[in-house]
Amino acid sequence: MSKKLHITCTINGNATEFLCEPRNSLLEALRDELKMTGAKEGCNNGNCGSCNVILDGRLVNSCLVMAAEVEGRSLTTIEGVANKESLHPIQKCFLEGAALQCGICTPGFIMATKALLEKNPHPTEHEARHFLAGNLCRCTGYDKIIRAVLESAECAGKK
Amino acid sequence: MKDITYAAPRTLAETTALLNDKGDRARILAGGTDVIVQVREGRRDIDALVDIKRVPEVNELSYDPAKGLVIGAAVPCCLIYENVVIAKAYPGLIDAVSLIGGIQIQSRASLGGNLCNASPAADAIPVLIALEGVCDIAGPKGIRSVPVEQFCTGPGKNQLQRGEILVRLRFPSKKAASGAAYLRFIPRNEMDIAVVGVGVAIQLNAAKAKCLAARIALAAVAPTPLLVADAGAALVGTTLDETAITKAANLAQAAAKPISDMRGDAEYRKHLVGVLVRRALAIAIERAKQ
Ligand SMILES: Cc1cc2nc3c(=O)[nH]c(=O)nc-3n(C[C@H](O)[C@H](O)[C@H](O)COP(=O)(O)OP(=O)(O)OC[C@H]3O[C@@H](n4cnc5c(N)ncnc54)[C@H](O)[C@@H]3O)c2cc1C
Ligand code: FES
Ligand code: FES
Repeated sequence: MSKKLHITCTINGNATEFLCEPRNSLLEALRDELKMTGAKEGCNNGNCGSCNVILDGRLVNSCLVMAAEVEGRSLTTIEGVANKESLHPIQKCFLEGAALQCGICTPGFIMATKALLEKNPHPTEHEARHFLAGNLCRCTGYDKIIRAVLESAECAGKK
Repeated sequence: MKDITYAAPRTLAETTALLNDKGDRARILAGGTDVIVQVREGRRDIDALVDIKRVPEVNELSYDPAKGLVIGAAVPCCLIYENVVIAKAYPGLIDAVSLIGGIQIQSRASLGGNLCNASPAADAIPVLIALEGVCDIAGPKGIRSVPVEQFCTGPGKNQLQRGEILVRLRFPSKKAASGAAYLRFIPRNEMDIAVVGVGVAIQLNAAKAKCLAARIALAAVAPTPLLVADAGAALVGTTLDETAITKAANLAQAAAKPISDMRGDAEYRKHLVGVLVRRALAIAIERAKQ
């Protein structure tokens, strides 16, 4: 087996080190090595978005990033979205709007919504649907998700 | 994924040496949106991934009205469409880079990867051809250049020889009164593989009344993306009237040699070529007149 690699990066603001095999994806490193199981494996081929993380400010599918690639880089995962006391407004809106059923897709949708609102704080419904086209949900039928996304944009605007 | 090694060289020389040493047991990793899936699913049997994103040359992105546009092979789609100068000068290119995958894919997917993966349905290639793109390739024997239309040699196959890497794509400066466009047909609104793709670029005379030059390229209708030279030539010297456009669309349809598969049968694809050539030309003409 190939020699393990020692990777240093920043995850959710914390300097982090981990070991991985060269063949590991970032998703595998997060879940299996770092035990951060918030990012989910849906399709493992880039189609569903349930593994979404933000890498140096960009939304990516962690199943399509090699773990070794994150050396020296900075990432935000779903674990870094809430602060200790309270949920993030996006999370609150998803909960209150019942924008989830089984919940497998939810961490990915929340990361994608975060990336969307950072780029475009007041998206139209069309813009929100377009931005979220890389996230699949088998349960909700999307409407409640889109409503929660638009609601969280409004909440953020009020503050 | 099977056991592999990972290397991230920092210079072109190091990269070509590594690729030359390992031959087809190594594969370049740019955005990884094709290659990671292929290796994971066992569709590519390799021993090593060579991540090129730490090599400065493949990250270049620059536009100089005198010298033209340079896009490093590993530059992701998002950096191209977020560049306001490039987006203004090359809207046809932006059509393509903003419809590859979703946002997550566009954060990573590169034009180099789209081209080197050599899918007959790759969305960027027709417009790279229409815009007269040239590939700069570095290898053990130095640098050589190849027009984009000659780069793909079959489904999943390209020009590159042992030890070679695509470094950058170069395009001529934006010409006066020129316009380009890319359109694809897919059954969904996003996130699908083109049933047919059409890239066009035209240039008008100073009075914006006559066509001086035109290039039309097609995807998903042949083993490789196709430049249909006679379809473009049929527009040159015309006022881009209905007769000229019909002739170009017919020539493009004649050049298309599609297969029938789950996405569409050959006859349907030929029909789509005609429809999309007309629509893409209408957009390109509109842009050229602006
Ligand atoms: C969910 C999803 C949706 C997609 N949607 C689309 C779509 O709508 N349209 C479309 O056209 N494609 C689509 N793709 C395919 C893919 O995203 C594109 O082809 C992308 O442009 C590939 O770029 P990359 O940088 O990720 O390539 P990589 O995967 O890194 O590389 C692709 C291939 O090219 C080789 N390579 C890369 N760079 C170089 C280089 N500089 N020199 C030599 N060889 C090189 C690699 O070894 C590999 O074989 C999609 C993929 C996914 C997973
Ligand atoms: S698990 Fe990564 S996109 Fe589906
Ligand atoms: S809530 Fe089940 S997949 Fe979205």
